[in-house]
Amino acid sequence: MPSAGRRIWIVRHSAVVRLTHWVNVVCLIVLLMSGLQIFNAHPALYWGLASDFARPLVVLPSFPGWATLPGVQWLAMGRRWHFFFAWVLVINGGVYLASGFASGHFRRDLLPSRAQWRAIGHTVWDHLRLRFPDGEEARRYNILQMLTYLAVIFGVLPAVILAGLTMSPHLDSLVPALLDLFGGRQSARTVHFLCAVALVAFVLVHVAMVVLSGLWNNIRSMITGRYVIEEGGGDDDHAAK
Amino acid sequence: MTMPPSDRRSFLARAATILGLLPLAGCDDVSLQPWLRRLLGRAEGLNHWLQRDVLPTRTMAREYTEADLSPVFKANGSTDPLDPDYRRLAEDGFVDWRLEIRGLVETPLLLSLDQLRAMPSRTQITRHDCVEGWSCIGKWKGVPLAALLIQAGVRPQARYAVFHCADTLEEGEDRYYESVGLDDATHPQTILAYEMNGAPLPIAHGAPLRVRIERQLGYKSAKYLMAIELVDSLARFGAGKGGFWEDRGYEWYAGI
Repeated sequence: MPSAGRRIWIVRHSAVVRLTHWVNVVCLIVLLMSGLQIFNAHPALYWGLASDFARPLVVLPSFPGWATLPGVQWLAMGRRWHFFFAWVLVINGGVYLASGFASGHFRRDLLPSRAQWRAIGHTVWDHLRLRFPDGEEARRYNILQMLTYLAVIFGVLPAVILAGLTMSPHLDSLVPALLDLFGGRQSARTVHFLCAVALVAFVLVHVAMVVLSGLWNNIRSMITGRYVIEEGGGDDDHAAK
Repeated sequence: MTMPPSDRRSFLARAATILGLLPLAGCDDVSLQPWLRRLLGRAEGLNHWLQRDVLPTRTMAREYTEADLSPVFKANGSTDPLDPDYRRLAEDGFVDWRLEIRGLVETPLLLSLDQLRAMPSRTQITRHDCVEGWSCIGKWKGVPLAALLIQAGVRPQARYAVFHCADTLEEGEDRYYESVGLDDATHPQTILAYEMNGAPLPIAHGAPLRVRIERQLGYKSAKYLMAIELVDSLARFGAGKGGFWEDRGYEWYAGI
């Protein structure tokens, strides 16, 4: 019995979240492409303290020019792009974290409730059928979103930064524990690369979900903050469809 | 007279470029813009400032054990210099080779390999991090540069030690050179190595003498040393950026 749903406008994302999100988009694209440029200087990965050239973990073909920044083989310039935007990423991330803790954003929006934990199997099943919540449930992130965002914000991004810092011979002399954390500089380089792969995978899924669950509504909410939800007939999303 | 390209660009175009929009559109030549290279290069100043002016500086690079030695230590850059002067020295087993310490010092020095070997030495097993991304662990024995600088007497105006090398890495270019600040020059792990992995330093790794700068990238550890010059400015060497690779866009402070 789909009744005429009422369109309600809510403010979905705060200004800080919106701004830092888009700065992050630019950072991740530049860091990925310049990172591939740097990787192309020696396209092999190792595990351990140093590079045992006879036993690489993996040797990859060079990434093509369209994927690297700059597009030609130019390690010095790739490093400039990378280190500049690494600073932007860290400063941007610092602003986001400080604001997220101070405003209660993390506690309020990213910590799953008990009810959400209990319904996690149901949520997974809905996602597999590409059915997304509307009505009241659409006011907040679902538990899969929450867990994914938490893993990226407090797992992958700190790891990629720490692994990157571990590649610095000077910082290694200052904080030798970094080397122990990753099991050596070459392990850290490999972890750095794997984190980048994880971030690419996250972005692909993230963008796919944005498209599938309402492209313009999602994009508008990340630009202006305003997000529209259908209320009324949509309260029980299983009956409404 | 045409305006330089940087002047023709509007502020908005610059802002868009900084936001990474133009490179995404495939306008790769933004990387050729001098203003952009300078801007992006500012991050190096930030790294240098943080690593040297904010954080403690008297740190030691990790030293490893014999068990960690790399089975193959990759030789990079020049591995067999063709410069005639160098070839002549190498053919005679470097008996005529002398290390010159000059510039802003009280007593310029001229030291043979035997004289260096007779001085107190330091042996260290350290990790060599190439800017390309790989690492190798090697054992180095040599004279701490600090001891030689004390012997020569560094004048107060001196700010940098410039390493002049025997090799020409690219034909028709200047010979390889490098430089460090006095803090790195006098660091306890900065040694002039004449032995590698228990044997005389091979030609591929810089015979007869190379410097080891253990807290920076591999290109700082110049090979085939001929002279060390104490100076107050790097402007008159090469393109003025302080080293062969620095003149080609790499960081002088190669701490990351």
